[in-house]
Amino acid sequence: MKFNRRAFIGTAAAAAGTLATPLLVRADGHSKPRVVIVGGGAGGATAARYIAKDSNGEIDVTLIEPSRTYYTCFFSNLYLGGFRSMDSLGHSYGTLAGEYGINVVHDWATGVDRDAKTVATAGGHAIPYDRLILSPGIDFVDGAVEGWDVTSQNKMPHAYKAGSQTELLRAQIEAMPQGGTYAMVAPPNPFRCPPGPYERVSMVAHMLKEVNPTAKILIADPKEKFSKQGLFEAGWNDHYAGMIERVGPDFGGDNVSVDPDAMTLSIDGDVTNVDVCNVIPAMKAGLIAHQADITEGNWAPVNAADLSSKMDENIHVLGDACAQGDMPKSGFSANSQAKVCANAVRGALTGSTVFPARFANTCWSLIDTNDGIKVGATYEATDEKIAKVDGFISENGESADVRQATYEESVGWYDGMTADMFG
Amino acid sequence: MITALRNIAAVATVMSAPALVSAEVGGDPERGETLYGQCASCHQVGAGAQDRVGPQLNLIFDREAGQSEGFRYSEGLERAAANGLVWNYETLDAYIEDPRALVSRTRMSFRGMADQQDRDDLLAYLRTFSDNPSDIPESAPTAVAVDHEVAPEILAIVGDPAYGEYLSGECTSCHQASGEASGIPSITNWPTEDFVIAMHAYKDGVRPHPVMQMMAQRLSDEEIAALAAYLAGIE
Repeated sequence: MKFNRRAFIGTAAAAAGTLATPLLVRADGHSKPRVVIVGGGAGGATAARYIAKDSNGEIDVTLIEPSRTYYTCFFSNLYLGGFRSMDSLGHSYGTLAGEYGINVVHDWATGVDRDAKTVATAGGHAIPYDRLILSPGIDFVDGAVEGWDVTSQNKMPHAYKAGSQTELLRAQIEAMPQGGTYAMVAPPNPFRCPPGPYERVSMVAHMLKEVNPTAKILIADPKEKFSKQGLFEAGWNDHYAGMIERVGPDFGGDNVSVDPDAMTLSIDGDVTNVDVCNVIPAMKAGLIAHQADITEGNWAPVNAADLSSKMDENIHVLGDACAQGDMPKSGFSANSQAKVCANAVRGALTGSTVFPARFANTCWSLIDTNDGIKVGATYEATDEKIAKVDGFISENGESADVRQATYEESVGWYDGMTADMFG
Repeated sequence: MITALRNIAAVATVMSAPALVSAEVGGDPERGETLYGQCASCHQVGAGAQDRVGPQLNLIFDREAGQSEGFRYSEGLERAAANGLVWNYETLDAYIEDPRALVSRTRMSFRGMADQQDRDDLLAYLRTFSDNPSDIPESAPTAVAVDHEVAPEILAIVGDPAYGEYLSGECTSCHQASGEASGIPSITNWPTEDFVIAMHAYKDGVRPHPVMQMMAQRLSDEEIAALAAYLAGIE
């Protein structure tokens, strides 16, 4: 490791600083420090579990999450391809509540009073915190795709928050007429899961190849390039030759509108009738980050060493919602950031040792049966941002054995990741 | 039978390996033939060699691991093969030095050959049974084996389990803390020395797996020791 001496000294000093201040004086005189976490996904569930696990009861942990069953966005494309059941993507919060003593509140967080240090919920509660961790994921930018808004999502699903939307999209694909067209409006950068739309195209192609081999896939893409492009395009050529057409910005892929009632997609004024239209709009931090007024543009800027908000030292922001630097918006990244944040929050509230921040990410994607690819990198905290240190990517022309091993590894990763989140 | 095979091999050596053997790098195949006696109870090599306890070793250079047809390899070796292990001078050198440092749970119960000259000589002998191996000292004088032996002072580092617990957060994004393994192997309750040697083999690029190489490369000796200490005692 290139040891980041400055960061280590800084965090040690921060820990010493908290020791010097009286730990037991809380805003409301409560005896134990309170951490409230909004959002029970890869960032929030992991942070809740690690703070509860490692503080041995010294910190009260409350997790606010509206869903009783959480369906992971990662691997939801594999449901579209028929490789996973929806049930296998669902996770409850029972272990976090029962074994880790986390107060799991199934409610919507609707506002943050940063002066009073409370979180308001739709159920009418005001929940006090000493530290607040926001991990709300993404919401969509209003008006990002002309003709589409959230009221159209039944006709033109985004399926970019897993669950009913994913099931709806799959049902629509299965109902396509023979030789019909599945269209995708791909999002601009930055967005959740950079390889996600292209893995989805692969999985849709896999399903169509079996049940509707003359069907077509049309992608309107505002981006010049996308993640793992060379690997995906080679894979599409190998497995789904002639099925997939992608229109990039050079041919108007960035000038798109839809008509959900007519089921048409217009690319640069050229109108196409489509049978399924998967609209993945531009994204922004989940609404609560904007309500807390800690965003700058679409995202919430954070300090790299502990994911603390640049606007409020008592709030941390994890995962897709934060602007941190070089890490992609992925479940893996959120999980990695959560552990660094948990360590720092624990140190600040109880004086426990704060170790230097270190981050990693790996994204696996499936192109077809037993044809898995991956990309990954390690990161460290600098003064400006989370900075990439080193990385790797799968290569074109790898043997079938290597690709199969990569897929099997991704299945193992899913089990490891969800165990790390939910216990 | 084995002796006969080796006699045939010796003839082949003389005929097929002219002046090349005198290169400064690499070993002495004649001495290697003697050392091969340690391998011969399990591995055959030369004309007519067949799989026995271990696979036959003809054409082993540049061969993907686990490819001797019909031989039943250990799960550990199958995994290494799937990760892209190819037998070349460097990987064979590491494997002969300490089989388990390169391939966890290999069935090759060989204690290892510590001396670099012995390994050079043995490999010089083995390569006479491979056609045109590309990765040998003679064809590429820079291809001297990287010695990834883990120094005793590194093995002697006593890790800090508390730091190891923090660092293990990077492991448990994939490897389950419970020790359950499916698609990704268990890393809990290993003997600390085995863990340290394996991590250094990734760090040095001898074990082939891009994620693990990347993760190991930025771990210091102390951090590897800390992880080993924590994960060895995890419940």
